[in-house]
Amino acid sequence: MNYEAVIGLEVHAELLTKTKIFCSCTTEFGGEPNTHVCPVCLGLPGTLPVLNKKVVEYAVKAGLALNCEISKFSKMDRKNYFYPDLPKAYQISQYDLPLCKNGYVEIETSDGVKKKIGLTRIHIEEDAGKLMHENIDGSLVDYNRTGVPLIEIVSEPDMRTPEEAYLYLTKLKSVLEYSEVSDCKMQEGSLRVDTNVSVRPVGSNEFGTKIELKNLNSFKAVQRALEYEIKRQIKLIENGEKIVQETRRWNEQKGVTESMRSKEEAHDYRYFPEPDLVPIIVSDEWKEEIRKSLPEMPEHKKERFVSQYGIPEYDASIITSSKPLADFFEKCALEYSSAKTISNWIMGEMMRLLKDTGKEIDEVPIKPHQMASLLNLIDNGTITGSIAKTVFEEMFMTGKNPDDIVEEKGLKQLSNEDELREIAVKVIKDNPKSVEDYKNGKEKALGFLVGQMMKATKGKANPQLANKLLREELSK
Amino acid sequence: MSITKDEVIHVAKLARLKFTDEELEMYSHQLDNIIKYVDKLNELNTDDVEPTAHIVPISNVFREDEVMPSMDREKILMNAKEKEDGCFKVPKIIE
Repeated sequence: MNYEAVIGLEVHAELLTKTKIFCSCTTEFGGEPNTHVCPVCLGLPGTLPVLNKKVVEYAVKAGLALNCEISKFSKMDRKNYFYPDLPKAYQISQYDLPLCKNGYVEIETSDGVKKKIGLTRIHIEEDAGKLMHENIDGSLVDYNRTGVPLIEIVSEPDMRTPEEAYLYLTKLKSVLEYSEVSDCKMQEGSLRVDTNVSVRPVGSNEFGTKIELKNLNSFKAVQRALEYEIKRQIKLIENGEKIVQETRRWNEQKGVTESMRSKEEAHDYRYFPEPDLVPIIVSDEWKEEIRKSLPEMPEHKKERFVSQYGIPEYDASIITSSKPLADFFEKCALEYSSAKTISNWIMGEMMRLLKDTGKEIDEVPIKPHQMASLLNLIDNGTITGSIAKTVFEEMFMTGKNPDDIVEEKGLKQLSNEDELREIAVKVIKDNPKSVEDYKNGKEKALGFLVGQMMKATKGKANPQLANKLLREELSK
Repeated sequence: MSITKDEVIHVAKLARLKFTDEELEMYSHQLDNIIKYVDKLNELNTDDVEPTAHIVPISNVFREDEVMPSMDREKILMNAKEKEDGCFKVPKIIE
């Protein structure tokens, strides 16, 4: 029998406000333990929370960017549970009246099919503290993160493959970055993902028993964990076994999901309306004001890049998939005339180095004007295209100016005819086989000889000149 | 609607409370009376009444997003039963 997976995702994103959701403590990441806390976020008796206006604005902004309806009337609720990372023994969240609902994210699968993934809701809530378990005789709690504002984005169970889940997350992250509501840094925990997955026979309309997956530290981990989990569930069904609803943890090292001890009486949170906070009313005027503050979204930017800069649609979609990358491209285009050349460098060398080093674009020290200088060095014949790649890599690693790198390493293009002619003569002498091939009409052999000249000059020979001199010498 | 002893045991467990059999009996009875009393409200027709989100009829009470100093860590930890390395120390949590 053929099976299909049903996947839903819950994403928590920390909002980029300066202060916490209900008090004026800073939200800055890091900091010595328990130095960003006050009686309000610790929930000491007698304190009262007051909602940060920016939290509502950012959440509405995210909602608008994700095609949601914005609730005119919403309220906060108390979610009750005991856990030491939650000093009040309840989390202030939203239950039945979330700020945003019924949105969608559009993805495009590798075979070019467009699909809308529904968003059930987006609500605002407070983050919990951080527990550290290194000690043998107890756990330590740092409450700096307690009360940092979060939006929880709940998708419909609309995804059918791990690839779709990956694409959904990538798109969602890009929209949140574009709207400037969250920096989405998974390594700092400002974006966190949980997923629910079940399998069913293809064609069935009923849902199978769902499994919740946790400890997913990257989008690739989400994809791999889902791939593993779907196979596991299908195997259980085919062996006639029953799937038990539970939470499983992804073990990145072993590449498997493992059962977590299920919490007793879990999910009995006894939500009730938060008496310490009053309802939130988002008027049409306020909503429109927030809509106006929305920057250009990836789809629009992509279309504009194609029409304004004349770069291919594929390149534009890759470059605009990350806002920092799109910004880098556009700043470079201001400094250098051929946007197509810049796009080629980004699609080629930049993407390769980002992948090899695992760096994010905002960690790359290259300034747009330095990129322009590098391209000018090629245009005015100071360096060859292949040397430029070496220089680019050095710039990527160190942030140095291209001129300085060329100077320090002696990378200037060799355009001295006498010097190059000497090398050409030597190359011809050392490669009689290729010379013969060339004389027998094999054009390709010339390319090999040019390559040998490049090798002899460590890539510095002016390729046109090398080509011309070789032809001259060969026709003698 | 009535409250069973099992429901009281369940809620007590969620609230980390332990009761003797006599107490359980007593609270079941008391809670049952309270629920029955409130149940009276169900006799009213509330079809055209908006659910109450908050008993005070105000909305949109906000704070501006401006950082103020947090509290001194020493003070924060002053009442902690146990502390270590600037952290609150709690019984070992096993995940």
